[in-house]
Amino acid sequence: MGAQLRVYKRRIKSVTATKKITKAMEMIAASRVVKAQRKVQASTPYATELTRAVTAVATGANDKHPLTTEAENPTRAAVLLLSSDRGLAGAFNSNAIKAAEQLTRKLESEGREVDIYVVGRRGIAHYNFRERKLADSWTGFTDQPEYADAKKIAAPLIEAIEKDTADGGVDELHIVYTEFVSMMTQTAVEARLLPLSLDEVAKEAGEQDTLRPLYDFEPSAEDVLDALLPRYVESRIYNALLQSAASKHAATRRAMKSATDNAGDLINNLSRLANAARQAEITQEISEIVGGSAALADATAGSDK
Amino acid sequence: MAAELHVELVAADRNVWSGEATLVIARTTSGDIGVMPGHQPLLGVLESGPVTIRTSEGATVVAAVHGGFISFADDKLSLLAEIAELADEIDAQRAERALERAKSESDAAAERRADVRLRAVAVR
Repeated sequence: MGAQLRVYKRRIKSVTATKKITKAMEMIAASRVVKAQRKVQASTPYATELTRAVTAVATGANDKHPLTTEAENPTRAAVLLLSSDRGLAGAFNSNAIKAAEQLTRKLESEGREVDIYVVGRRGIAHYNFRERKLADSWTGFTDQPEYADAKKIAAPLIEAIEKDTADGGVDELHIVYTEFVSMMTQTAVEARLLPLSLDEVAKEAGEQDTLRPLYDFEPSAEDVLDALLPRYVESRIYNALLQSAASKHAATRRAMKSATDNAGDLINNLSRLANAARQAEITQEISEIVGGSAALADATAGSDK
Repeated sequence: MAAELHVELVAADRNVWSGEATLVIARTTSGDIGVMPGHQPLLGVLESGPVTIRTSEGATVVAAVHGGFISFADDKLSLLAEIAELADEIDAQRAERALERAKSESDAAAERRADVRLRAVAVR
């Protein structure tokens, strides 16, 4: 076998191995998307009921809660970025990070200091590489987030928002995550979690114009709101985590699908080149034999004379 | 037909139980509360404790609920809990073991969780 042909054969073999891996990853991601979507759906009833309750209390009780009132002069904001632990997901992480950077710039141009909280190794690596300080970060659960993880994230954020701005607290809490629109579309979105804008919450609950009943609060409206709002934040973070996970798996699936397709194309091209090399080798051998026998025939013919 | 109320018992990550009921008893921070059809709209904070639901077929459903909210309006009652388990789903032996462990480690939260589970199983 000629050297050229051997090189082609070797490359075909290695690309075939890579293709098998990407194909497997594609299929794993595809099954995980379904699972993650199911989790998003399973968490929806809790989120809707909670949203409805928040709307009810916040509109029913006319008091000023720190989590629902806008600071007159917001000077500091927290941004929570949800990225993933693992890459190989196309532009998934860079889109989320880009959205967070844009939001940070916007907030800073409005004269606010920005504290950054990051979930996922990819996001952390981005900020560490640029030597920018993170207020807090979490890793290890982005593929399959549990409610306990959302609680873990929400705790320091709620603490920060309840603290006075002078003591290092924040006035606003923004979240940047990747919304799962469909299998093909995932978009990085940003939303303000706190202070709560009630119109938006009501819109989400889908009952803006209906008359809300006059609730009897047990033990009191303030206590209910106190207990309700942290849960609401947790549930929103949980939902965002689940959507991010589903989006990440969908992005991985797409990236791996195109990797598999590319590997297939590469194998086709390489096989064609290998075939051509083999043909060239054969042609050369034939012409060598023909040439050799002709020379031999000439030589014998010459000696006959 | 007796008056009924529609109950949704939802945990953070799943829908635990839903159906029609005639009476729901839950523990709020200011004491046990029983809700029957036609109750005044209510929104309360739940303590961890067992929740008893009397279904319209006369059966009794007991669930261990660890913190959360009760909200009632228009004969629709929702119980929101971060963690909620039906008594049937609770493994009594495991809960007992958890209780022992929590006691020895003096982990008050875990102890209360295990205790609530056991109480829910006992009422079953």
